[in-house]
Amino acid sequence: MTATLTGSGTATGRVDTVSAPRVFAAVLHRDLFVTWRELPTFLVQSLLQPLFLLFVFGKVLGTLGYTQSGYAQLLLPGIIAMTGFLNALQNTSFPLVIDFGFLKEIEDRLLAPIPTSLVAVEKVAFATMRALVGAVLMFPVGVLVLGSVSVPTGRIPLLALFLVVGSVSGAAIGLSLGTLVTPAKLNIVFAVILTPLLFTGATQYPWPSLERLRWFQVVSALNPLTYMSEGLRAAMTPDVPHINPALAIAVLLAFTGVFMALGTWGFRRRAID
Amino acid sequence: MKRYPKRPTNAVDGISFQVKPAEVFGLLGPNGAGKTTTVGILTTRVDLTGGAAYVDGIDVTRDPVSARRRLAVVPQRINLDRSLDARQNLIFHAAYHGVSSAERNRRADVLLDQFGLTDHATSKVDKMSGGQSQRLMIARALMHAPQVLFLDEPSTGLDPQARLFVWDRIRELRAQGVTVVMTTHDMDEAAELADRVGIVDHGKLLALDTPEALTRGLSGQSTVDLTVEAAEQDSAEDLLAALCELAEVERGEQVALAPGGGMPGMPPWMGGGGGPPDAAPPGPTGGPVRLRLYVAGEPAAVLGPVAQVLAGRSARLVGVQVGETSLEDVFINLTGRGLR
Repeated sequence: MTATLTGSGTATGRVDTVSAPRVFAAVLHRDLFVTWRELPTFLVQSLLQPLFLLFVFGKVLGTLGYTQSGYAQLLLPGIIAMTGFLNALQNTSFPLVIDFGFLKEIEDRLLAPIPTSLVAVEKVAFATMRALVGAVLMFPVGVLVLGSVSVPTGRIPLLALFLVVGSVSGAAIGLSLGTLVTPAKLNIVFAVILTPLLFTGATQYPWPSLERLRWFQVVSALNPLTYMSEGLRAAMTPDVPHINPALAIAVLLAFTGVFMALGTWGFRRRAID
Repeated sequence: MKRYPKRPTNAVDGISFQVKPAEVFGLLGPNGAGKTTTVGILTTRVDLTGGAAYVDGIDVTRDPVSARRRLAVVPQRINLDRSLDARQNLIFHAAYHGVSSAERNRRADVLLDQFGLTDHATSKVDKMSGGQSQRLMIARALMHAPQVLFLDEPSTGLDPQARLFVWDRIRELRAQGVTVVMTTHDMDEAAELADRVGIVDHGKLLALDTPEALTRGLSGQSTVDLTVEAAEQDSAEDLLAALCELAEVERGEQVALAPGGGMPGMPPWMGGGGGPPDAAPPGPTGGPVRLRLYVAGEPAAVLGPVAQVLAGRSARLVGVQVGETSLEDVFINLTGRGLR
């Protein structure tokens, strides 16, 4: 088919030529603006679950004598990893399923003068930012629940690196899920995916200690969350045996690469017929 | 051309047209004809399977980003940002298009005022009525001063006031030099607004012309119904024969005198059966009779000569009714009467 439309410049004048980074910033600003207005909701969503996990497993079980002393400090990095990873995953996937499924609010941004794949990247960037806020807030929460949290000063860069890369990988997986899952299948897919991710991510114990349960160790090695938990443990509790941080970063980056590619493809598929 | 996977036929199959600057172009067709898909292609939301599409000289497939700078879309379904209020919807839209902060505030105020939404500037969009939402969507589309505006069924579901309001805005935009492409299955809307109309069905363009030319082209004829009282010494048959001798009149017939003066504005096919009404027996001499003349050109042009003939025979003209073919007749004629 051929269709040609000629607009006139008479009234509307010149066409604003705007750079992609500015459009990207405007789209990101919209998401941050909306989050800022719903800050209490956002905080409750991000922090309530990790707070209770940390309280029950770190504080209550320890106080009752069911766990050894020092377990809480080993648990905290895992809970922080879980907070970052799952928040990033949920903050991309749920809104996208609903938006592409019925709201269609995103259409206005899909018509912004920016490549469609950059709108997908914006979703990942935004979810990562939300996840990082949640993960960082877990430090004061940790202090509140456990009394003290220690991070060796020299290891703060390593900590930051794993927080960021781990959250991005979670957001990339969320982008894939959010664009490949239909609203009708939302419940079942997330039940089947989220729960296993939550419990095979070596968040409640160091991965090397799973040697005694070899098959479960192998299963856990398939979960990107495992590498984020191990990376945070390497930064916060370096004395506990952990996966080599260089290896953990490499695996996380590989996961991110694969799921960003899949997710961007899925996003384009949903955005353009 | 657009073919969706797993479908045996093309959704859009060889629709070619050019829209002139500052023209209102109507895409008319039944549900599922391919109108929305055509608009989707032109607005970079649907990938072409074949062919090419240009908006303001920009190839939408090769350079969708530049195309998006120049166009704006008002879709059928409300897709306003529910997390934002009315004004913020406008402001953020302009920001996505790189409009400066001062300018987008200015435009938002102007458009809110123009679209009668100033009182609702801070309303949550899900609290707004259908008409208000539709107006806000059009205002939003105008925030980045597009060269080409696409309206997908702009007045579906609107009350008559809102519909007239939207029509006025569309005329204003044309006057300002904005090119408007709208899809509709509302004949009145197309006839009223569009400079040219493309009739689409089964993904093909069936006709393309001005609404007037399309209706004229359908049958090449309009009808003029005369209610007359023949003079005492005259008869209805002789009168009809005399009228049929006029050059403009192709043929004529006597029809039943419509009770209550007939139903003006009713399209011919609603008479039942689709054919011409049955010829009626001649009325009693002295009483009024109804004569239908089929004319080739403008029906108004025949009225003068008709009046002369009638005056020459001392017949009294009681009523005239001009039955023009409507765009609806053209539409039904081209796309059939089957349900979709």
